Amino acid sequence: MADSLRTGGTSLPIGSDADLAWVRQEVRQAAAELGFSLVQQTKLVTAASELARNTLVHGGGGELEITRLDRGSSLGLRLCFTDNGPGISDIELAMTDGYTTGGGLGLGLSGAKRLVPDFDLVTEPGAGTTITVTAWVYTVPSARLEAP
Amino acid sequence: MSEQDAAQEAAEWVGAFLTRRREQIAQRWADATLFRTVFTLSRDESVEACKTVIDALATVATSGRLDDITAPAFGTVRDQLGRMAASRAWTGSSSAQIADEVADLREPVTSVLREEVTDQSDAAAQDSLLALTVLMGTLRLVIMETTLMAGEELIERQRQQLMEVATPVISLWENIVAVPLIGTLDSARSQVVMESLLDAIVAQRARYAILDITGVPTVDSLVAQHLMKTVAAARLMGAECIVSGIRPAIAQTIVQLGIDLSSVITRATLADALAYALGQQGVEFSSGPATGAGTR
Repeated sequence: MADSLRTGGTSLPIGSDADLAWVRQEVRQAAAELGFSLVQQTKLVTAASELARNTLVHGGGGELEITRLDRGSSLGLRLCFTDNGPGISDIELAMTDGYTTGGGLGLGLSGAKRLVPDFDLVTEPGAGTTITVTAWVYTVPSARLEAP
Repeated sequence: MSEQDAAQEAAEWVGAFLTRRREQIAQRWADATLFRTVFTLSRDESVEACKTVIDALATVATSGRLDDITAPAFGTVRDQLGRMAASRAWTGSSSAQIADEVADLREPVTSVLREEVTDQSDAAAQDSLLALTVLMGTLRLVIMETTLMAGEELIERQRQQLMEVATPVISLWENIVAVPLIGTLDSARSQVVMESLLDAIVAQRARYAILDITGVPTVDSLVAQHLMKTVAAARLMGAECIVSGIRPAIAQTIVQLGIDLSSVITRATLADALAYALGQQGVEFSSGPATGAGTR
């Protein structure tokens, strides 16, 4: 994203269940500070929770990099989940609703993709997985209160 | 004389020195920040505490285990040192500050030692000073280790407490129980919730169980799975589960995630859930103003 200006990033380790709670808190705080609406915040935090759990369970741990984006007209948040795990051999299958290898509902990856506007997955068997999601603050025009 | 023998001799000398000058060192330590701020009741109390620590140090030195933080003699003062560090931490000192305060104890002892040794350049005197410095460094490590362990124990204890406190099962009405869920619902927590809920269902002969998730900030697929498992388990015990407290943002998120909660009865608020459960039992409420007896 050439037009976006990186304004500071933080890196969080993902190595235990406690780290997942930490990730959720940090993402929620970053999203709130940037002015994301409550619904957007909730979606972003939930997506982060799913992806961080994937990093932990399937990737054997990794890290999350939170980057605040500024492209002048609007602010955004980029979350980059990286692990050095076994990678995903069949992306299409992994993205299918209900497909799971971890005993969950099989909605983590596909659900997270639906929750964020921009979802990018890079993986190679044996070389780990990197998932980058980006969301921009959009403001709904407020209802007009003027008298008819 | 070999180097090892010299070190052993120096250690023993320091041990004897500490015992010999116990009173004097204790008097100086009692005015150091670490002891003065912890033992505020009286100076005598502070001096006594100093003496206990000096005795322990003397025993460690005599045994020759100057740099061994696991030396048994430290065991006798570990509790006291832990309480002192905890008390400093309680008043807002950081670990680094506490470490500095412990380091400040070294100067008074070495100055007492220098008074005794007339010839500073003497090899034996140098060895003794070195031995004392090592010993004081070990004391610092022991205190820091004790502080860290106390912190870890505290965290673990609080984690356990949180687990229990956060999952009360409330009896709302005859046959109706509710669990207000608060905070992160991880696997361990949801296991506790399920167990206490199932116990309550049996104990209170509940037919309806309300799981209120108002206090759960994030509902992702794992949390949803835990909820569904709890609902299924309650159903097996003959109780119907109602999930309440689903906020608008959570509702939208659940739908987009693709979680199917259609098999679960859900309500927006705890009040709605209670009204549903009461209605199912044939208890009816009018929403109008309360009417007194005799009015039509």
